[in-house]
Amino acid sequence: MRLATAANEAYTASLAVSELLGCKQCGGGRGQDEELGIRIPRPLGHGPSRFIPEKEILQVGSEDAQMHALFADSFAALGRLDNITLVMVFHPQYLESFLKTQHYLLQMDGPLPLHYRHYIGIMAAARHQCSYLVNLHVNDFLHVGGDSKWLNGLENAPQKLQNLGELNKLLAHRPWLITKEHIEQLLKAEEHSWSLAELVHAVVLLTHYHSLASFTFGCGISPEIHCDGGHTFRPPSVNNYCICDITNGNHSVEENQVNSAGNVSISDSFFEVEALMEKMRQLQECRDEEEASQEEMASRFEIEKRESMFVFSSDDDEVTPAREISRHFEDTSYGYKDFSRHGMHVPTFRVQDYCWEDHGYSLVNRLYPDVGQLIDEKFHIAYNLTYNTMAMHKDVDTSMLRRAIWNYIHCMFGIRYDDYDYGEINQLLDRSFKVYIKTIVCTPEKVTKRMYDSFWRQFKHSEKVHVNLLLIEARMQAELLYALRAITRYMT
Amino acid sequence: TDKKRSTSDKGRERDGLFPVRRFRPSRAALLNGSGTRGGRGSISSSGSIDERSSDCLDLTAEGIAMEKMSRVTTALSSSALTGHTMHCHLDAPANAISVCRDAAQVVVAGRSIFKIYAIEEEQFVEKLNLRVGRKPSLNLSCADVVWHQMDENLLATAATNGVVVTWNLGRPSRNKQDQLFTEHKRTVNKVCFHPSEAHVLLSGSQDGFMKCFDLRRKDSVSTFSGEALGGGLGRWSSETPVHPMFCHPVLKLGHSFVQGLTSEKRIQGKARPRSLYQKPPDPVGICSEINGEMSPGQSESVRDVQFSIRDYFTFASTFENGNVQLWDIRRPDRCERMFTAHNGPVFCCDWHPEDRGWLATGGRDKMVKVWDMTTQRAKEVHCVQTIASVARVKWRPECRHHLATCSMMVDHNIYVWDVRRPFVPAAMFEEHRDVTTGIAWRHPHDPSFLLSGSKDSTLCQHLFRDASQPVERANPEGLCYGLFGDLAFAAKESLVAAESGRKPYAGDRRQPIFFKRKLDPAEPFAGLASSALSVFEMEPGSGSMSWFVDTAERYALAGRPLAELCDHNSKVARELGRNQVAQTWTMLRIIYCSPGLVPTTNLNHSVGKGSSCGLPLMNSFNLKDMAQGLGSETRLDRSKGDTRSDTVLLDSSATLITNEDNEETEGSDVPADYLLGDAEGEDDELYLLDPDHAHTEEPEYVLPQEAFPLRHEIVDTPPGPENLQDKADSPHVSGSEADVASLAPMDSSFSLVSVSHALYDSRLPPDFFSALVCDMLRFYAEQGDVQMAVSVLIVLGERVRKDIDEQTQEHWYASYIDLLQRFCLWNVSNQVVKLSTSRAISCLNQASTTLHVNCSHCKRPMSSRGWVCDRCHRCASMCAVCHHVVKGLFVWCQGCSHGGHLQHIMKWLEGSSHCPAGCGHLCEYS
Repeated sequence: MRLATAANEAYTASLAVSELLGCKQCGGGRGQDEELGIRIPRPLGHGPSRFIPEKEILQVGSEDAQMHALFADSFAALGRLDNITLVMVFHPQYLESFLKTQHYLLQMDGPLPLHYRHYIGIMAAARHQCSYLVNLHVNDFLHVGGDSKWLNGLENAPQKLQNLGELNKLLAHRPWLITKEHIEQLLKAEEHSWSLAELVHAVVLLTHYHSLASFTFGCGISPEIHCDGGHTFRPPSVNNYCICDITNGNHSVEENQVNSAGNVSISDSFFEVEALMEKMRQLQECRDEEEASQEEMASRFEIEKRESMFVFSSDDDEVTPAREISRHFEDTSYGYKDFSRHGMHVPTFRVQDYCWEDHGYSLVNRLYPDVGQLIDEKFHIAYNLTYNTMAMHKDVDTSMLRRAIWNYIHCMFGIRYDDYDYGEINQLLDRSFKVYIKTIVCTPEKVTKRMYDSFWRQFKHSEKVHVNLLLIEARMQAELLYALRAITRYMT
Repeated sequence: TDKKRSTSDKGRERDGLFPVRRFRPSRAALLNGSGTRGGRGSISSSGSIDERSSDCLDLTAEGIAMEKMSRVTTALSSSALTGHTMHCHLDAPANAISVCRDAAQVVVAGRSIFKIYAIEEEQFVEKLNLRVGRKPSLNLSCADVVWHQMDENLLATAATNGVVVTWNLGRPSRNKQDQLFTEHKRTVNKVCFHPSEAHVLLSGSQDGFMKCFDLRRKDSVSTFSGEALGGGLGRWSSETPVHPMFCHPVLKLGHSFVQGLTSEKRIQGKARPRSLYQKPPDPVGICSEINGEMSPGQSESVRDVQFSIRDYFTFASTFENGNVQLWDIRRPDRCERMFTAHNGPVFCCDWHPEDRGWLATGGRDKMVKVWDMTTQRAKEVHCVQTIASVARVKWRPECRHHLATCSMMVDHNIYVWDVRRPFVPAAMFEEHRDVTTGIAWRHPHDPSFLLSGSKDSTLCQHLFRDASQPVERANPEGLCYGLFGDLAFAAKESLVAAESGRKPYAGDRRQPIFFKRKLDPAEPFAGLASSALSVFEMEPGSGSMSWFVDTAERYALAGRPLAELCDHNSKVARELGRNQVAQTWTMLRIIYCSPGLVPTTNLNHSVGKGSSCGLPLMNSFNLKDMAQGLGSETRLDRSKGDTRSDTVLLDSSATLITNEDNEETEGSDVPADYLLGDAEGEDDELYLLDPDHAHTEEPEYVLPQEAFPLRHEIVDTPPGPENLQDKADSPHVSGSEADVASLAPMDSSFSLVSVSHALYDSRLPPDFFSALVCDMLRFYAEQGDVQMAVSVLIVLGERVRKDIDEQTQEHWYASYIDLLQRFCLWNVSNQVVKLSTSRAISCLNQASTTLHVNCSHCKRPMSSRGWVCDRCHRCASMCAVCHHVVKGLFVWCQGCSHGGHLQHIMKWLEGSSHCPAGCGHLCEYS
């Protein structure tokens, strides 16, 4: 009954729109469908990202040939062109590798059945209460024949998947606690045990979706139109305005605000970029001159590690996850924050003893062929991606800045590079940026638009997305390193 | 045919050259010997490698003779080395080891260890701990260590924080640290001393630079950038082209100078003496291999640097992106040559101690490659495939073709390979419990002592004679039956020679044919494993297997009531003159199909009882009735009773169902990569081979079978038993049936015929006979007629299955399927796979199920994703009715070539006889 009235409302409303105003922008095709009494969902929000104004993002249809091919690939693989793709296309080189990897993980040969893969994706995304990814994968999960009962909570899934819950929790929040005992528990659980290959597949999936959740929040990805929260059936025009007028209107208002806010601090933020570049130049030049002692270097790492725990935004209010999402994982209270509050010690992991290139890659490729190669490529592209620009400056060598960001994230996970001076991080990354990084990597669900706007104010959106790519890849590598080290230790 | 035979035999002889390689313990290799007819692939010959290596020998013989004279400093002292396989515990994991030139001391370096051990007769004795100082500095966290091969007091380490440290053991104080070079920005992966120059040290770092240090100066004398060619030109050419360092040999006038000069000459190919102060000629001519793949500015990490042992000025460096570069130490601006050696990082390289041109490289791609650098382009002369990424590679002294490798991950063993035999390691050391991180031959001229350090915190000395030799364990004998009863047999020559003296015993009908390989002294394994191959051939005619093929093709296995199946099969057997088999079928019918029991016969195959009885039962499986029963409503009316020969209609029912949901699944499922049919529990998917028209007409159209639901999971079961077919391949089958002894059990069952008739009246349950039937099946299987065993097993289904254990059944199925496939009876074999109930068997047709699709417009292969062709940007095979991509059965009119979804076309034709595409053609579908 209610449905019927809603449909009627939509019907009359649209009639009103098309007949009274005859808006040309909307196109004519819509009228027909609505006459059939079909309810037309309407997207909420504007564009694929809540943080980035729609007009900054590439419009479908205006892409170049390479991007078009990417879109086509993405569409063919997923059956949709999701908002993540639309935002990532800022960096087509990375997007290509990302899509290839994701496609392989979810759909190509692998030890895990398809519905398991999507369910693991749901588990991982749910750890960060990422409703966007959960919704997408709930659909996919059902589509490949998954049992809808499992979606009522992890306790309804097979024991085998339940066993994975603990690893999921640790990986997402405290990967350094993973030991070979955890691995052993998974591999030796009689009829519910995992094989090594399955476990590696699962670990790769978990880390992939943990970091993808970071990206989703970090770039403020809007819900897809067909998912919860992505659309509304409410009549679009209450005041007899055409929908496009309203959105356009809203847009301009929003942009004005942004601009005005930007204008206030324009000199300020311009100065920021200059200062950053100056620091980079200084570091480059005087690197050789003052040589810090070994103890100094070691303590710099410890300081950075410790400080990283306390870098948090002031608004610490508890976000209680929506029931809908939280049912996919147990122990909702378990998070990164706990340990930082209690000042727990993160042991140091030396990358020179166990690194991705030498050790992690070989292990993954051995147990889950080809994936090591794909992930390796993805890391490589993310780490080396540069356009040699910084805000308005061109021909800048940004490798130092990128390395600082990468190493800062690894530092938060206790991963230390012997050959890096952690003093550089303090010089290059200011506090608001650190807050953003820390939040995205550890508690992505708490990212706000304010945080996104407040760091690197003069930088372009594409550069902020670039930062996000660095963040998620560094995070994925950190998690993988811990998990793979535990597996290696189990094997030896 | 005789001629043909002999040529193929020659081929076999050739294959027998390297028995170990050929008879690697895999099933594929065994099949290769006999499977030439089955088209199972060919065996690569391996003669060319040896030719090449002998070429090298010629090229370098002169060189070796010359160098030997100058090798004074490192020659083995009069007393030979002695020692045992032994190990000692270190306090911490080792990262690298290096041996002193006196072969009596070894230095071990790691993150938290840096010690020198003396190698004594029975044990390692700690001599010196170089890790001194109250606070352990990162400078002491060593990634690599190297001991100077000329100066016993000189060591260098590479620290993880990018510092290069030299140590002078001659210093009187406790701290032996000599110099500290802090020029690298990142971890230094490798340090290397010049083999003949006292003060030259080279380092390679993660930051992509190699630096050359003169130990008498405080900083590096030259820097080499791994960046793309020319990228480093502007920045790093500040060094003077000729550095004072190179004046040194002139002043010293040591032998090394002479050596350097001569080597120079050899490279240039000119006799004109040149001054060292002169810049070497521009090597543009040699740089043909350099490609501009790397984008400038992205320096790749250097993983290893090694001075050439023979060429004074040359060193090689390996990179994380798979490249290897060759440098002239006087030219820091650009490398002499560059080539891509591996896919992924090249972790290590090592120059051959004797051959100037040979460089061994090891990479993450699990390969060891040996390159000949004397030619214009670096030529890969050998390639060894290991099982894990290669962390270190070291040529074995005094053994031209041997090298030792160890791995960085997973595999803890050290292998010594003969590069000419790339599949089996010559020796294997299995002492370590964690990955081996450093290996070193104890003395440059003693091939029997290998030292190794490991992450498991042990230092080991391995003796070559104590190594385990996988070759010993490999089975050098191979035996294989041919399809027609021929037998090929390869064994060690010594064995065969002993046997060949014996006369074949009189009763043997078959003629043994011997092939003896001519021994070639140049062959690498001449003494080690030469083998002979013998082939025993069946007498012509006696090995005919036509009965097998006929039977396989004509038997009916499912789709009809049991009684009919038995009757039919019995008739087939009788026509082929196999009366015993025919009799067996008849008995089975009597046992299981007494009138009172008929209703139960359909338990297994719940088949609609179609009109099949009227059909002639002569040709192949007649399963049509069933398919009709399932699909008659949906199938094109006209198709009934019409030609379908040769059209394998897989999944007739499943396809029709999927066609209906085609629209829903389009776009989101996995295209172009799905399984053909679900083999489990779908007895009702059938091949449809219409006997009426099988050979009378050409097929009018072929329906491509596609469109299955989303691919399901490949059941993760191990492949079926591997070596089971041998038994069943016995060629004796036909002959043995005449054996009196073997007929004995049958005699008793003959008598059963009469008995059972009597018993039926008293309603004796068929279970009563099941034990007998099982015995009968085993009898046939043991006789070699596994065909009968499997056929009966399938036909009887549940009735006997439970009485025979799963393993045996699997064995029979596997054997029969293998035989069928060797006779190219693919359809029959697939039907057997489908009808089997064993999991291991039914998963056989879930493997390699990828279907490659070509675009219908431009004939190019479609990309792996999507149904849009990359080239012509059009969708392949659109349905003329609904204008969607057809992923399932595509039916088209041969007149106008328009078509579409089977169902849509059917619907369309109900209303119209014109083409749905609107071309005006009066379409005809049959």
